[in-house]
Amino acid sequence: MNPPGKEPLVQVRGLKKYFPLTRGILIQRQIGAVHAVDDISFDVYQGETLGLVGESGCGKTTAGRTILGLYPATEGQITIAGVDVRTASGEQLRHLRQKARMIFQDPYSSLNPRWTVSSIVSEPLRVHKLLANEDQRLARVRELLEVVGLSGRYLNRFPHEFSGGQRQRIGIARALASNPEFIVCDEPISALDVSIQAQIINLLEDLQGRLGLTYLFIAHDLAMVRYLCNRVAVMYLGGIVELADGDDLYEEPLHPYTQALLSAVPVPDPEEDRKRERTILSGEVPSPVDPPSGCRFHTRCPIAKEHCTQLVPEWREVRPQHWVACHEVTG
Amino acid sequence: MGRLLEVTDLQVCFNTPEGVVHAVNGISYYLDEGETLAIVGESGCGKSVSVMSILGLIPTPPGEILKGSARFRNVDLLQLSESELEHVRGAEIAMIFQDPMTSLNPVLTIGLQITESLIIHLNMDSDEANARAAELLELTGFSQAAARLGDYPHQFSGGMRQRAMISMALGCNPSLLIADEPTTALDVTIQAQIVELALNLRDQLGMAIIWITHDLGVVARMADRVLVMYAGYIMEEASVFDLYKDPRHPYSLMLLSSLPRVDQRRSGKLRPIPGSPPSMLTQPKGCPFAPRCSYVLDRCREVNPPLEQIAPGRQVACWVNLEETK
Repeated sequence: MNPPGKEPLVQVRGLKKYFPLTRGILIQRQIGAVHAVDDISFDVYQGETLGLVGESGCGKTTAGRTILGLYPATEGQITIAGVDVRTASGEQLRHLRQKARMIFQDPYSSLNPRWTVSSIVSEPLRVHKLLANEDQRLARVRELLEVVGLSGRYLNRFPHEFSGGQRQRIGIARALASNPEFIVCDEPISALDVSIQAQIINLLEDLQGRLGLTYLFIAHDLAMVRYLCNRVAVMYLGGIVELADGDDLYEEPLHPYTQALLSAVPVPDPEEDRKRERTILSGEVPSPVDPPSGCRFHTRCPIAKEHCTQLVPEWREVRPQHWVACHEVTG
Repeated sequence: MGRLLEVTDLQVCFNTPEGVVHAVNGISYYLDEGETLAIVGESGCGKSVSVMSILGLIPTPPGEILKGSARFRNVDLLQLSESELEHVRGAEIAMIFQDPMTSLNPVLTIGLQITESLIIHLNMDSDEANARAAELLELTGFSQAAARLGDYPHQFSGGMRQRAMISMALGCNPSLLIADEPTTALDVTIQAQIVELALNLRDQLGMAIIWITHDLGVVARMADRVLVMYAGYIMEEASVFDLYKDPRHPYSLMLLSSLPRVDQRRSGKLRPIPGSPPSMLTQPKGCPFAPRCSYVLDRCREVNPPLEQIAPGRQVACWVNLEETK
């Protein structure tokens, strides 16, 4: 199933992550579960950027964290660079944590306000005992700051002295410290001002070219995802509904949810935008505690049929490299 | 169309422990009956303050209106007492805010919160008010609206809360709806619902709208006229079609060209605006955008350009003639 010349770096198969809901204070009984991620499968190829998009609460962040082992998976298999994340030994896990890193959404809460830039960026070096002494570590931190476009003079400053865009650069420098191969970027630009977002996106792209990085880019900004990502996966209520090459997905979305989602995005051009056909979905996303039977989207789907309420749609490759979970889509 | 609101030379600052924040620096703008004006800019550019201050909705202190006037139907809002202003707010001018969770009272039912302004401003009794509240909820797309009146805000999702806020705002048939980043906290499919709703209501009820946002896509979808703000100044004013087709201020141009498009294939790299937005604590001598501008002239660093009319309905504050430079 791999396209020619592409090797998967990350493989996810049947991944589920449920968060238990409990009742009672002393004696806690489980009364249900939030089906945050419910049976998703995909590959991330070496050197590509895979976009994972969807609305808030669809499980995209949980998916990213579970793949890196930050949350223990409920079921399924995750392999990063040949290592099975769920069964890895302590030594393998330590190595994995150097090679697979994360950039967080909020550059305000993801940096310790009491630490200097140098201790923040050098933390992975210290934890993984990558460089022998303090001088080498400082030199490396200086180099990393310059790589992300900050001055090496900022070593002893604190996070509050920086703007949002600069803080996100510090977060990126920290992610790069241990020479990773795979980075999960969890909404890295959504807390930033419009004029700063393009700076960070260009930086991520430059770094990918220079360091041969592979990205899982989690975002809800569909225009930015089209710009940045090679392939795009669309999530709805814990499941992936469609996965395809970027331009394929944006020009010929097959799943009714993808179609509605794309048509809802406003285009910064009044003449074009006011001509566009729009599918306005009625209602809201149902609760992931008790997701709808059959196809999860059937409660809002404009083309749902009787069988959609009963049967879970199969995850099918309807065209080469274009995957959809919908009964009504024919190749 | 008649003139509904005319703000002249408004200057607002905040006295903070770090110094004086020059939030709005002598701006003038107007709004006609039934018109949709969008005010766009990045966080901290003064777009909210330039509207909220004229309604007495900034805390004073630390906020201070240094000068200006704001004539709403020929009454200067800045000269009104708090109780007179209360009559205008809610009755003639209604507001919806970014975060519907924090702007609704969590311990009061939706019904109580909607009927409050009906009882205060329109002297309805509670049965009349309840009937009207149910009508309003229906207008914003709630099914079985009467049964919803007893619900609390936490029982609603984000989009429903924003629709409930809109119902509340529409209660007294306002002639002006002010929306301060109303869709920023919402998902794109819900955002589309809310924008569609606001536009339908505008056409049905003939309200004017001031829509404050940083989202240039939403502006393109719904505005008639746009003010682009930066560092407490209006940089450009234009009809929405002119602005997007032919931006005349370098900030508008650079902002629009830094955006990727969902409907187009990628062509080359994004062109970000270098640097970051200025601190509002110091007032630069020249144009506040000069340090980030690709078209900057020596003069720009010395003298702040005034907002000048370059065509009917079109104003720009810039020394560079972008039309010749481009």
